[in-house]
Formats: sequence, C-alpha cells, structure tokens
Amino acid sequence: MMSHAGKLPLPSASPAPAHRPSGARPQLRAGSELPDRGEAPPPLARRITAIHLPRFAMERWQRALARRGETPPEEIPQALATEGPHGPVIHATNRAAEEAGVSAGARVVDMRALCPELRIDYADLTGDRAALERLTLWARRWCPWTAADLSAPEAGGAAGLVMDTTGSDHLMGGEAAMLRAMEEHLSALGISASPATAPTHGAAWALARYAPPRSLCPPEALAQVVAPLPVAALRLAPQNVLLLQRLGLGRIGDLAAVPRISLARRFSRAPLAENPLLRLDQMMGRLAEPVSATEDPPRFAVQSRLAEPVQDPTAWLPELCRELCGGLAAAGFGARRLTVSVYRTDGEVSSVSAATARASRDPDHLCRLFEGRLERIDPGFGFDLITLAAPQVEDLSAIQTRLDRREDDGAELARLIDRLAARLGPGALRRPSPAPSHIPERAESWTAAMTRPKPATGTTPAAPRPLRLLFPPEELRVLYAVPEGPPAQFVWRRLTHRVARFAGPERIAPEWWRDSPGARLRDYYRVEDQIGRRFWIFREGILGDGRGPEPAWFLHGIFG
Amino acid sequence: MQSAPPAPKTHTEILRDLGRPERREAQATLSEVFTETVIDAAPVGFVLARLGPVGKPILWIQDRLSRRETGRPYLAGLPEGTEILHLEVSRPLDALWAMEEGLRCPSLGAVIGEIWGDPAVLDFTATKRLALRAEAHRVPAWIIRRAATAGLSAARDRWRVKSLPALPEPDDLRAPGEPLWQAERFRSRWSRTGTWVARPQATGLILEHGLAANEAPALQQRA
Repeated sequence: MMSHAGKLPLPSASPAPAHRPSGARPQLRAGSELPDRGEAPPPLARRITAIHLPRFAMERWQRALARRGETPPEEIPQALATEGPHGPVIHATNRAAEEAGVSAGARVVDMRALCPELRIDYADLTGDRAALERLTLWARRWCPWTAADLSAPEAGGAAGLVMDTTGSDHLMGGEAAMLRAMEEHLSALGISASPATAPTHGAAWALARYAPPRSLCPPEALAQVVAPLPVAALRLAPQNVLLLQRLGLGRIGDLAAVPRISLARRFSRAPLAENPLLRLDQMMGRLAEPVSATEDPPRFAVQSRLAEPVQDPTAWLPELCRELCGGLAAAGFGARRLTVSVYRTDGEVSSVSAATARASRDPDHLCRLFEGRLERIDPGFGFDLITLAAPQVEDLSAIQTRLDRREDDGAELARLIDRLAARLGPGALRRPSPAPSHIPERAESWTAAMTRPKPATGTTPAAPRPLRLLFPPEELRVLYAVPEGPPAQFVWRRLTHRVARFAGPERIAPEWWRDSPGARLRDYYRVEDQIGRRFWIFREGILGDGRGPEPAWFLHGIFG
Repeated sequence: MQSAPPAPKTHTEILRDLGRPERREAQATLSEVFTETVIDAAPVGFVLARLGPVGKPILWIQDRLSRRETGRPYLAGLPEGTEILHLEVSRPLDALWAMEEGLRCPSLGAVIGEIWGDPAVLDFTATKRLALRAEAHRVPAWIIRRAATAGLSAARDRWRVKSLPALPEPDDLRAPGEPLWQAERFRSRWSRTGTWVARPQATGLILEHGLAANEAPALQQRA
C-alpha cells in the first residue's frame, strides 16, 4: 500500500509553488511533490464537519437516571466501567471524577485507591451504540450525509459524528452559525458537543478535539491550522503517539517537516491506524476519505386531507390502514408501532399510538388496535388532516409456516397480545419465564409480553414450590415451640393458624453477588394448618447470626 | 399468507356433540370454582389439575384485589412446562372483556380468570357469552371466584373446592404429602352433581368418594 510513497523524490528537491501562502509550512512540500508525478493535487473542495461528544456515555446514563427521578449529584465522582481482561476498567467519567484524577482506560481498583468515594456503575455499550445511531439519523437535519465516526477507536465513553456539509451550510446562515446551532441543539438534548469544520475528515476530527470550540478551517489555511496540534490528533493508536513523542515529533507540524521518504521507510508495513504518513495524507486531503453515510430507514406514512373540519377520525381509519398496509406489503415490511395524528384547525396536533408484538400488515387487525382509543384524541374544534404513520417497522416477508390451511399459532397469539396491550396498557400483560436464581422471587423474570420471549435459563428446584407467591412476603406473629424449628402457631391477617404438620427447613442463602452485605439467609418451611391449608413460610436469619435483631417470620406462598 | 382460521362450531354442532355422552367430557366450556376461605389456593390447584397438560399458553387474568390478597401464580410451582400470559386488570369489566378476547384465540390452551366478590357486570348474560364463545372456539374457560356468592350464572359446571389435610408423606410422618381437596359440583348442565375427594395426578384429576374408595375404579376425568 505504501509502495507509491516510497517512489516519491526527496521533498527538498523541489521548490515550493508560488501560489501557496507565503507563510507555508514545510509540510506543504509533501503536497507540492505531486505535480512532479504529473497529477493535479486533489482539490480541497469538500467541507467536512466532525462533532465530538466527549461525555456521550456518561450523559446518557445521567439522563436515564434523571428519567427515573434519581438525578445523580454532580459533585460526587461517578464512573462507568466495562469488563477488561484484568478486571473492570473505567469507560467514562463525570466532571467531578475527572477532577479527582480518574481517567478512562484505567483499572477500577487503581482509581478506587486514588479516589475512595468514586461510584461505579456498568456501562451499556450496545445501548450507547444504538443511541449514537439514532443521533446520526437525527443529525440529518443539517445535511443528508451523516455517519457515526468510527474511524478512530474512541477513548472511553466519548463518541463522534461526522457529516459532509458541503453546500448545506448556507441554509443555516453560514458555517459559523451552523456550528453554533449544532452545539445548541445538542445541548438541548443534554449532550455536550464540540463541532468543527475543515476540508478533510482527519482535520475536522482533529479540530473538534484539539482546537478551540467551533473551529473553522478554510482550505488554503489547512496546513497552518493543523500544524500546532499534537500528533495524537492524527487518530493514531496510543503506542504510535508515544513512539512519535519519543522521536521528538510532538506536533503535526514537526511530523510534516520530516522528509516523506524517511517516514515511508519507517512505517511502510504499518496498518492505517498506526501509520502516521497515511493519517497525515488523509488529513491533508492527499488520500481520499469520503463520509459513508448509511441509508435512511424507510418511512411509511399516509394521510387524508378532509374538505372541512370533522370531530371523529374513526370513519377514515380503515381506508388509511389499507393504504398504509399496501405500502408496507410492497416494500416487504410490517409495522411494530403505529401513530394516528390529527392536525387541528387551531394549529395543535394530537396523536394516539399503538404497538404490535410482532410485525404485522393486516389492515383489519391494525385498525382494531385503535378501537376505543380514538376517544382520547382531543379534537378541539375539529381537524382537517389525519395522518397514520408507522414509525417502527420490521422486515416481514411473506412466509408459509404450515401446509394445511390453518393459520400460524404464533400469529394468532401475537394479535391477541396486541389487542389486550392496546386496550389495557403494555405493562398489564406480562409473561413470566424461569430465571437463574434460587431466591424464590428472583427465580422468575416477568417481562412485558410485547417484547420477544427470552430463552428460559432457570432450573427447576428439587423441593416443592407453592402455586401462589405473595409479593412482598407478609410478616407473621409466631409462637415458638423451639427457637430453631418451625412455629407452633402463627397469626396472619389477624387469623390464628395452628401448625399441624410441617416439612423443612429448606435453607436458602442470600446471593452475595447481588444482595447488600447485611442480607440474611432464609429457612423455608412447608406447613399445614389445622384445616388442611398449606403455606410456605420462612424465618429471615437465625438467632445469633450477628446480622440484626431477633429473626422475623414471613409468609411467602400458598400451596394448592 | 392469509388463510382462513378454523371455522367456529355452530350451535347446532355443539348441541349435537353434547347429545353424545362420550363427547361431553372433552367439550371445552365455561366452569366456575368457588372457595370458602379466600387464602385457600386449592381452587387454583384444582383448575390446573382438571385442565391437565395443555401444551399451549394459558391466559391468566387477575383483578387487582385477587392479585393483592392471594398473590400471583408462581411458575416454579405450576406443572412442568406450563406457559402463562398474565394480565392484571383493575376493573371486573376489563377482566371479562379480556376473557372474551382470549377465548376467541384458539392458540391458547385455556383462559383462567380470577374475579373477586360479586361485581354487577358478572351476570347471567356475561357468563352466557363466555360459555358460548368457549364452546365455539374449543378453549376451556375457568372463573375462580373468591369472597363471592353463587348467584345466577350460565357456567356449565359450578364447583366449590376447599383443602383437606394432605396424604401423609411416606418418608416423613410429620410432613404433608400429596394434596387432597374436597370438590363439590353443586350445579351442572350435563353431568352428575355430588361431592368428591379430589387429588391431582400427572395426567389429570382423580375424583373419588372418600379415601376408602382408593382401590375402587375411580371416576377419572380430564378436561
């Protein structure tokens, strides 16, 4: 890959061209060689904007907590960690932790020694990536080509976007105004950002991270602007940055002054991420690096314009559903989420959403999901435009799962789930599945039936389990026969039950990897009262275990 | 891709089926179970044993009071391989609506509704609708009623179930073993009424007249 670079003549052999600025830095000489080979220098015609999101992971975590009403305090050092080969490592930090000296990439145990009050939570890497992809699509408001910036492995919880804003900045009133708007819009989302625009992807990346905020770099001043930046701005691997620093090449200007052939010899076999010469070429525009934007996801929406304002959208819905399903079928998609919006004559918009458990494009079914819910739309003085959109779609190819003319079982069930969830709320219908835990209330996980069923991971306990589980367990007043054994009688809900027969104890220890340090073990007994009702009761802790006062008794389940 | 669902049975076909005694027991229909004390889980065990292995998901609907007073179904305690969809509703009207919706879906193995007290909406018309729909789509429906009086209802079978002291555990005389229930069928459209001692078995439910009848050919029934 580097063979062509090796053939270049020595930089000192040719004079600098006259059209370059008078203060041209030595690195321009590398570019000036190209006419000697009979090729025109690539015009620096593109305008690439890079946005650095320095605290993307941490801010997303903070927003998630704030949504639950547990806004984390700013002044307490907080870090997110990921699993490393030798224990957890720091992934992202907040400002307080950074001031205390906690740095991304270091091991959690070391940082705890440095900053004992540091709080740790686990980072959600897949969630961060999905959020960045959504943000990429959201950023299409400024230009049609946006992509998540994956050209350099980001340090820790930082992320970046890159977009080709050539020719779209004038719509926002110029590049400076556009960068200001980007920063404002992102901060309104709770994301701190620093954008920069330059003629190449590499230069924009460097300016967004290592230059004052909202830097702009005109094409003719590219070499001047990047020269004082550190070599880390070249998107090199950390070991190569260290190597260059040991060689005395601290800044990009220093590196560019080195004869090209020497660099080519030294790094001829290095891959792109470790090759300073290739990275420098990318930055200066001698090596093409276009922004490869992902395609827009397909959008499905239909609308119906009404001649005069009406109050009730019900009559228009079947036709809209049919039209939408026609579009979905033609593209091979099915809807997972539907939104009906009405545009009122007074300018307000109100909408109602419904979701499906599996992708569907059956117009009758989709129409029935809105049964009884359109009353919740506030029509005001009437509306004259109705839209039906499918904001979330999935691939749904026509499949035949059975040979007889029966319908697929799963489809019927999914439709039932949709109808129940649409009317009673998605949280009301849930599906328990076995989970790997021996604590009874954790041995099954309850997930919303709308989500895909998880594969069962639990095991069946050997001892009998009750048909019903009380959540939370209810406290009992007991009368002991012997302090170590089951009670002789107990009072539950103001009724006295005499223990006629019992089986147990079955001892269940707390899960030390999940429970708080003070959690006590439980001794479960299966007891039968005087008229034959069978209960599952437990004593929390044992007398003298040093973990609290005298152990209490609870009723946890009822046997059939 | 679209194909016709199985045609629901017409009322003529249902009546013709019911005219033949051997088809009666296999007929899915609506049944009600009452309990004496609300904290007794015997009706739940009775219903599950009567259903037997269904092999399909069970739609289990609880109103809020049933859920709060008697807990929720616990998967580890149910028969192996039971799959449930649990719906918690706040009004009895929603529970009845959800039962009707569920009975329309032949992919379900059964629909179980737990309704507390005597709501006005659970009247003869509502139970008649449920019974007809259960028979038409061949999905068994059970209503477990606690703190309720047995008023007017179109349920084909009506039971009253309570716990009896369990059989002794063979290895441990102090411990309760296999459960026993006293089951009274106090009203039935097609079958005999009477009182039995019921005990669950791997394949269904055994109803017998007292413990002495252990060896006699038991009236074994499966839903």
